[in-house]
Amino acid sequence: MKEKKTYSLEFMVNGEREKVEIRPGETLLYVLRERLGHTEVKEGCGKVDCGACAVLLDGRVVNACLTLALQANKKKVVTVRGIGTPERPHPLQESFIKHGAIQCGFCTPGMIVTAKALLDENRRPTREEVRRAISGNLCRCTGYKKTVDAILSVAEKKESV
Amino acid sequence: MYRSQELCVTGQRLSDTNTYSPRSEGKVTDFRIIGKPVPRHDARDKVLGLARYAEDFSLPGMLFAKVMRSQYASAKIESIDTSIAEKLPGVKAVLTARDVPKNETVAQFGRSSTERGFESIYRVLADRKVHYIGEPVALVAADTEETAERAVNLIKVKYESLPAVFDPLLAMEAGAPQVEDGRSNIITHFEVVKGNIDEGFSEADVIVENTYQVPFVDHAYMETECGVAWVDDDGVITLRVSTQVIDHFRSVADILGLPHNQVRIIAPYVGGGFGGKEDITVESFIALLAYKTRKPVKLVYSREESILCHSKRHPYILEYKVGAKRDGRLTALKVRLVSDAGAYAYLSPWVLLYSTGAATGPYRIPHVRVDGYTVLTNNIYTSANRGFGAPQVCFAYESQMDELAASLNMDPCEIRMINYLSQGESLAFGQILKTHVALPETTKRAYEALGKKVPSQGGMRRGRGIASGMTSYGRMLFLHDTSRSHVSIEMDGSVTIRAGIQDIGGGQASSLCQIAAEILGVPLKDVKIYIGDTALTPLSGMTTATRQLCMSGNATLMAAKEVRKTLLKKAGELMREDPETLDLVDREVIANEDPEKRLDIVDVVRACAAEGLPLYHLALYKAPSRDLTQIERIEGDIFADFTYGSHAVEVAVDLETGKVTVLKVIACYDVGKAINPQSVEGQMEGGAIYGLGYALTEEVIIQEGVIKTPSLSEYLVPTSLDIPKVQTILLESGDGTGPFGAKGVGEPSVNSIAPAISNAVYDAVGIRIRGLPLTLEKVMRAIGEKESPHPGSKTNIATSDSVGRNQARQNLLKGQAKDSSDLERR
Repeated sequence: MKEKKTYSLEFMVNGEREKVEIRPGETLLYVLRERLGHTEVKEGCGKVDCGACAVLLDGRVVNACLTLALQANKKKVVTVRGIGTPERPHPLQESFIKHGAIQCGFCTPGMIVTAKALLDENRRPTREEVRRAISGNLCRCTGYKKTVDAILSVAEKKESV
Repeated sequence: MYRSQELCVTGQRLSDTNTYSPRSEGKVTDFRIIGKPVPRHDARDKVLGLARYAEDFSLPGMLFAKVMRSQYASAKIESIDTSIAEKLPGVKAVLTARDVPKNETVAQFGRSSTERGFESIYRVLADRKVHYIGEPVALVAADTEETAERAVNLIKVKYESLPAVFDPLLAMEAGAPQVEDGRSNIITHFEVVKGNIDEGFSEADVIVENTYQVPFVDHAYMETECGVAWVDDDGVITLRVSTQVIDHFRSVADILGLPHNQVRIIAPYVGGGFGGKEDITVESFIALLAYKTRKPVKLVYSREESILCHSKRHPYILEYKVGAKRDGRLTALKVRLVSDAGAYAYLSPWVLLYSTGAATGPYRIPHVRVDGYTVLTNNIYTSANRGFGAPQVCFAYESQMDELAASLNMDPCEIRMINYLSQGESLAFGQILKTHVALPETTKRAYEALGKKVPSQGGMRRGRGIASGMTSYGRMLFLHDTSRSHVSIEMDGSVTIRAGIQDIGGGQASSLCQIAAEILGVPLKDVKIYIGDTALTPLSGMTTATRQLCMSGNATLMAAKEVRKTLLKKAGELMREDPETLDLVDREVIANEDPEKRLDIVDVVRACAAEGLPLYHLALYKAPSRDLTQIERIEGDIFADFTYGSHAVEVAVDLETGKVTVLKVIACYDVGKAINPQSVEGQMEGGAIYGLGYALTEEVIIQEGVIKTPSLSEYLVPTSLDIPKVQTILLESGDGTGPFGAKGVGEPSVNSIAPAISNAVYDAVGIRIRGLPLTLEKVMRAIGEKESPHPGSKTNIATSDSVGRNQARQNLLKGQAKDSSDLERR
């Protein structure tokens, strides 16, 4: 009896249709990084402690390190590269630059993805709500102040639009 | 005179100070780029997800490496059988110590002739004996990570367990198990001696004597250790690796038995360093496997492997006895420091030298005796961690100052003010403080910025604390530090910098761009920097010791000035003007006297090129140096310069749970000159939170050599919900040794936050906890003890924690061996 070893995974990543053959145990992080070259999704811990691998799965933040790739089947994944591009950076990305909310930059992709999800849900969060939203995203460099400032400044702008 | 001028308080920039003009000697003009909070050039790639870190790099046919590690803290290796592992399909190489051309090297630092006493063995793979749990024993390269992992589990090692020692005080005793065969467990002793200590204490009206303890700490950078190695053209072993020190190419070459010019190390942007990527991490492993297999090899540590196997901040036992007159003037200080080096020395002697030198704090003390020891144990090895031995002693001396204030019924700020050293005075070991000492200002400004005191409510007790310190920046003088930087201007007027620096997130590369842009009068966007490549960028030295801005900043400034000189000389000929009267602004040469007279920079560059003039310069900046007069006793100038600063904090202590919540942190530092105020603020904010973790939650708990906090679920770094309001106050004395008078802030920014928090807890609830971190358990226990004190309990011992531990140690020393669990830290 021959066991089926691979499965077909079909999903959208940053608006592009992807189809890959994977083994059932592969994580979304592994498939994104190692099979599709999305190295912008970072692994900081591999067990949902740090949030560096955060991506949007149908608009909701998930940690790709403990999400099975098959859970993304027929769904839409957005990484930090899908939030903005060099030609059209997202206001959050501009704001992170302006506020100096970046040091080593390793947590930044996950931080921006999480912030995007927050603002999609809550157009005008309080400082406390921003802090709560990114509390699963560890940053060892900045002390979070400039990160929170960067997110809040976009939120306020959004309100005035 | 009040020399420092305030640059900015976060959120409200008050004034810019220009103490030096780069562009026209003798005439102060405004800086255009220096001192401005300009966005870093690397920020864009980082927010867009385009920055490629070491682990984001792959090559065709790449293999994956895994490390087989010791599960014993101390054992003899009787045999290693790799035959089954080697037969596993997909396995391309299994290496043990026998396969390493030069398995043992002695770590080299600096270019001094006087570094005896600092030797440390670097052993690639354990040979004959393992010394700590996690010590690498064998390496595997295979076509997948899973296969490599399986192969590791198929390697059979026969061990014979040996006696081990985990407590540095026990390791110092005669007859303790020897960690490294043929070597005393006491690696180094340093001392500082000034005056007559007995006389000093006899003059004292009050003496405060306590023992403090600080724990093992992990760097917990978000990017774990990683890299890819391959054999490039001409057989050059090339590594693209996450490191603070590309200069390790020499050690890697030695290990491989190759000439130094046959190994190339490239450091891309690094996902955090904090000292943990100062020693070799994965370099020798991937280089050996690539050399052996002739294929590219990648190795990425998991978070667990990182925590279990890379260096830690040194835990210290700090015995402090300080005497003072009734008016608060210090008379004597006696200190004994013991640091746990773990199983290998690495940078322990260097860290101890910093600690021993810094042990007095920035205080005027007539009679001093400091003895520092660093000791081998069978724990994980310890080495550099942001602050390099300074925060440990700062916790002790700043707690002592507070205790002294309490026993003299003095204000904690006042007692510090009375005793701060001033410019021109010398430290206990004789080094004269040559630059401005801003401590009175930093203390005053930090404390005042706390604002009005909010009264405690119910079970939440509020308190305030202050702590100050001095931290050296730049390498120690006897290391003869140098940095090189190459600046060139292209035919279109764009500027290129080549400097072999490592950018670990502090904006190291970006500051150099600002300097070149300022001097050459081009917009920041026109400057491109190439960094971190031992083959293609001039060596600029390691990103450690808060040296990079000072060293490579000065080298870049020198190089850019030379190019500027060439350009202005030629422009002077073309414009018939004295070059001294010309300036470079926004890609134009302008005449200061007649701003209508202008010349496009491109025309000048072309004219220079036509004449074959050098449109580049390679500068070598040499830091001042001074050799050690002797090894054991610290005397005279050892450090380059110091950064002075203070932390003031407000906390709330929950009497029900023991939880300490930090509500406010004010960090006030004399930064010399902020090249990029936004980056400086970033360092000070991040440094404060890094130190807040040290104060409250971070401890690598090790029991019998086993790390009990192997992931970020147990090892707790601060999250966005743990942070207080942080306000930074930057003072600019212009007195630093860096470009434009800048000082280093990366490490100093961590220094005094932990004692400030501990002092605030004392202010809030009257308890003094002398062992970091201030966990809920320790706070609750101390509150309990305060309410029902033990009769006869001595005030000079920290918490019941350390009482228990000291007692257990005493029993052990007396031969009344108890169960070893008595020695457990928790």
